Amino acid sequence: MGPNPKMRKEFFDSTRSSPFPDEVLERVLSLLKSHKDRSAVSLVCKDWYNAESWSRAHVFIGNCYSVSPEIVARRFPRVKSVTLKGKPRFSDFNLVPENWGADVHPWLVVFAAKYPFLEELRLKRMAVSDESLEFLAINFPNFKVLSLLSCDGFSTDGLAAIATHCKNLTQLDIQENGIDDKSGSWLSCFPENFTSLEVLNFANLNTDVNFDALERLVSRCKSLKVLKASKSISLEHLQRLLVCAPQLIELGTGSLMPELTACQYAQLENAFNQLKNLSTLSGLWEASAPYLPLLYPACTNLTFLNLSYAFLQSHELESLLCQCPHLRRLWVLDTVGDKGLEAVGSNCPLLEELRVFPADPFDEEVIHGVTEAGLLAVSYGCRRLHYVLYFCRQMTNAAVATIVQNCPDFTHFRLCIMNPGQPDYLTNKPMDEAFGAVVRTCTKLQRLSVSGLLTDLTFEYIGQYAKNLETLSVAFAGSSDRGMQCMLEGCPKLRKLEIRDCPFGNAALLSGLEKYESMRSLWMSACNVTMNGCRLLAREMPRLNVEVMKDDGSDDSQADKVYVYRSVVGPRRDAPPCVLTLSEVDEASRCDGSPTNQNPSRYELPSWPHAPCRTGLRWAGFSSLRNLFVVNAWEHCVS
Amino acid sequence: MEGGVAYENDLNLKETELRLGLPGTGSTIEKGVSGARNNKRPLPETREEGGANGKPDAQHDDQENAPAPKAQIVGWPPIRSYRKNSLQPKKAEAEAAAGMYVKVSMDGAPYLRKIDLTVYKGYPELLRALENMFKLTIGEYSEREGYKGSEYAPTYEDKDGDWMLVGDVPWDMFLSSCKKLRIIKGSEAIGLGCGA
Repeated sequence: MGPNPKMRKEFFDSTRSSPFPDEVLERVLSLLKSHKDRSAVSLVCKDWYNAESWSRAHVFIGNCYSVSPEIVARRFPRVKSVTLKGKPRFSDFNLVPENWGADVHPWLVVFAAKYPFLEELRLKRMAVSDESLEFLAINFPNFKVLSLLSCDGFSTDGLAAIATHCKNLTQLDIQENGIDDKSGSWLSCFPENFTSLEVLNFANLNTDVNFDALERLVSRCKSLKVLKASKSISLEHLQRLLVCAPQLIELGTGSLMPELTACQYAQLENAFNQLKNLSTLSGLWEASAPYLPLLYPACTNLTFLNLSYAFLQSHELESLLCQCPHLRRLWVLDTVGDKGLEAVGSNCPLLEELRVFPADPFDEEVIHGVTEAGLLAVSYGCRRLHYVLYFCRQMTNAAVATIVQNCPDFTHFRLCIMNPGQPDYLTNKPMDEAFGAVVRTCTKLQRLSVSGLLTDLTFEYIGQYAKNLETLSVAFAGSSDRGMQCMLEGCPKLRKLEIRDCPFGNAALLSGLEKYESMRSLWMSACNVTMNGCRLLAREMPRLNVEVMKDDGSDDSQADKVYVYRSVVGPRRDAPPCVLTLSEVDEASRCDGSPTNQNPSRYELPSWPHAPCRTGLRWAGFSSLRNLFVVNAWEHCVS
Repeated sequence: MEGGVAYENDLNLKETELRLGLPGTGSTIEKGVSGARNNKRPLPETREEGGANGKPDAQHDDQENAPAPKAQIVGWPPIRSYRKNSLQPKKAEAEAAAGMYVKVSMDGAPYLRKIDLTVYKGYPELLRALENMFKLTIGEYSEREGYKGSEYAPTYEDKDGDWMLVGDVPWDMFLSSCKKLRIIKGSEAIGLGCGA
C-alpha cells in the first residue's frame, strides 16, 4: 500500500528543508535498521520524521502499555514486523500475578485493520490466548514469523491454529512459555503441501509429536535452517531427521538417552558427520558420556553451544570443547564445576558469552557448582568475554577485580551469588569493591545484576562510574535510601531499574522524579515504599503510570510491589483488581473505589507540528528538544 | 513459588526410627555417643544443628551448624519457571540413578558437601577424594590408633546413629550403613582411640 497523497499535501509547505523528494528520502531511510537510529532520524525535521514513519517496516515496543496500538498504527502506516514486550521481567520469577495484563489481543485487533499484511510478530512476556493465536492465523494472510518467548495463556491448540492456517509461515519459535501442553498433535496440522518453514523451535514442549508427520515436514521444507526438537524426540528419531536436513545451521537435539544399537550409533554418527554448516547446538537432554562423541563431527564450525540442560561433568565438557575451536557462546550447568570452567578457559579463546546455570538452585548446603575459581579461570583464557551470567555460591572481591581486569570489555555482567546478602567468603567484607571494580573497569557496561552483601557504597560506585549502564537489577542489597538515590542521580543512560528486597523507601523513590520519564520502567518490590509515597509520585509526574500490587495480609500503607513506567496513553484500563493504578486524574474518582474512567485523548499524540497538546504542553521547536516530550516520549516508549 | 528440594531433616528421621533398646533409653537427639556401645569409638558430643536464621546474614556458623533451611524466598534465585521445572525432576532422577549421596561436613568449613559413595572403589579412593575436596591430609589409618599423621580424621554416622571412624568396618558394610560423613580435627581426632 502506498503513501496516502492527501496526507502528503497537508505537510507540504514552504518550510520543507530537504531538497529530496519524499520517495528518495524514504528509500534512503529504509536502509536504516536500528530503531535507535531511526528514532534519532525522526527528530531531525518534519520531512525526515514523515519519511522515516513511512519507511519504518519494523516497530519495537519495549513496554506494551507505554503506547496504544492505534497510535502506533497512525504513526507508522507500513509496518510489516512488530516486536512487543509486556510484563515486567520479574514476572519470570513468579513475582507478578498471572492475570496482570499485557494481553496481545487488542493489538491484534488493531493490526488486523491497519496492518493486514503483517508478516512478523515477536512477543515477550505477553498474555496470549488460543483465541488470539487463531485470530492471528486467520487474519493475516502474509504472516510468516511467530516468536513467543516467556509468554503464557495459550495451549498447543493455539499452535495447531497457526500450523493449520498460516500458509506462508517461515518461523515458529516457541520458547520457555507458560503453555498448556495438551498434546503434540499441533505439529500434524501443517498441511502436506506446506513447505516454507525455515525455523522450527518446539524444544520446550514436552508432549509427544507424531514423528512421521515431523519427518515429512522436515523433508519437504528444503529451506529449513533451524530445528530445535523437544525431549520427546529420541536418538533414533534424530538420526532420521538429520538425514532429511543436513543443511541445518542450528540444531536442538531431543533426548540423548542411551538406547542405540551399534548399527544405529554408526548411522547417527554418519548423520552428524553430514552437518557441516552447524553453528548452534542445543537440547542435549540426558546427555551422557558415551553419546557425546556423536556430536563431535558437527562441532567444527560451532559458535554457540547450549548445554544448559545437560548434566555434564568436567571431563565430558572438556572433551566436547576440544572439538569446538570457534566457540563464541557457551551455556552450561554448574555440574561441570570449576574444573570444567578451567577447560573452557583453556579451549575457548574466542569465547564472548558464558552463562552458567545452577543445577541445584534450592539446596543451600550443597556445593556442587562453581565458585569464583571457575570464572577466574575463564577470564584468564577468554579475554574477549563480554557477556556473563554466573550463578554461584561463593565469590570474593579480589576475584571479581581480577576477572574484569582480564576482561575489561564486559557489556553484560550478571552475577548471582545465590545466598542473599552473602559477603566475600574469604574476608567477610561486603562485595562493594567487586562491583566497584566492574563499573570502573568496564566502561562499556550496559547491563548489570548485583548480588551478595552490598552497602550503599556499591551504588555510589555505580552512579559514579556506570556511564553506559541501561539495565540494573538489584536484590537484597543497600543500606539506606542513599543507595537508590545514587543510582538515579548517576547512570545517565539508565532505562530499566528493577529492585527487590532492599531498604529503599519513599525518599529514594521520589529522588528519581526527574529520571523516570527518561527510563522505560522501574520495579520495586519488598522495599520500604508506602502508598503515600506512590501517590505523591503519581501526583508529581502525571506522565508516569504508577501501579501498585499488594501482597496478601500486608499493611494497608505498604506498597509491596511498585511498577512505574512512562506512557503516552495514561493509566491502563485493563488492570485487574490486584493492580492499583495511581494517577492524579484518578485520585478523585478513586475515593469511592470506582474504576478509572480516564480519557485517553488527554494524552493523544498531536499531529505534526503545531497542534498543542491538550495537557498544555508547549511546542518549543527544535531548538529545545527537551520540550518535545510527546515526540520524545514516543521514541522512549519504543526503545 | 513451586519446586524446591525438601530439606532432609535428620532429626525427624531419628524420631520416627524403630530401634531396639530398653525402655527408657530414649533416642537422644544429641549426636553425642555414649561410649558404651561395642566397637564404636567414643566421640565428643557434637553440637546440635543450629537454629533457623531467617535474615540473609553475613556470618555463617562453622562446622556442622549449618543454618536450618531458610524459608524459600519467592522468585530467588532468579531462574525462569521453565528451567526450574525441567531441572527438578531431572536432579532427582540423576541422584536416584547415580547412587549414594551422603553429606560431608568438615569442622571449620562453611558449607557441607555432598559426594556419591558409589563412585569410589574403596577407602583409599574415598580418602583421597576427601583430601582433595577439603584440601587437607588425613594420614594413615590403623585399627588400633585411628588416623595418625595429621590433625584430621574422617568419621561417619551409621544407620544406628553412632559415629564411627571411617575404615573401621569393611567397605561394603560401610557403603550400606554410612549416612553422613564428618571430618573432625584437632584434639577430637587425636583423642580417638579404640574401644570405649
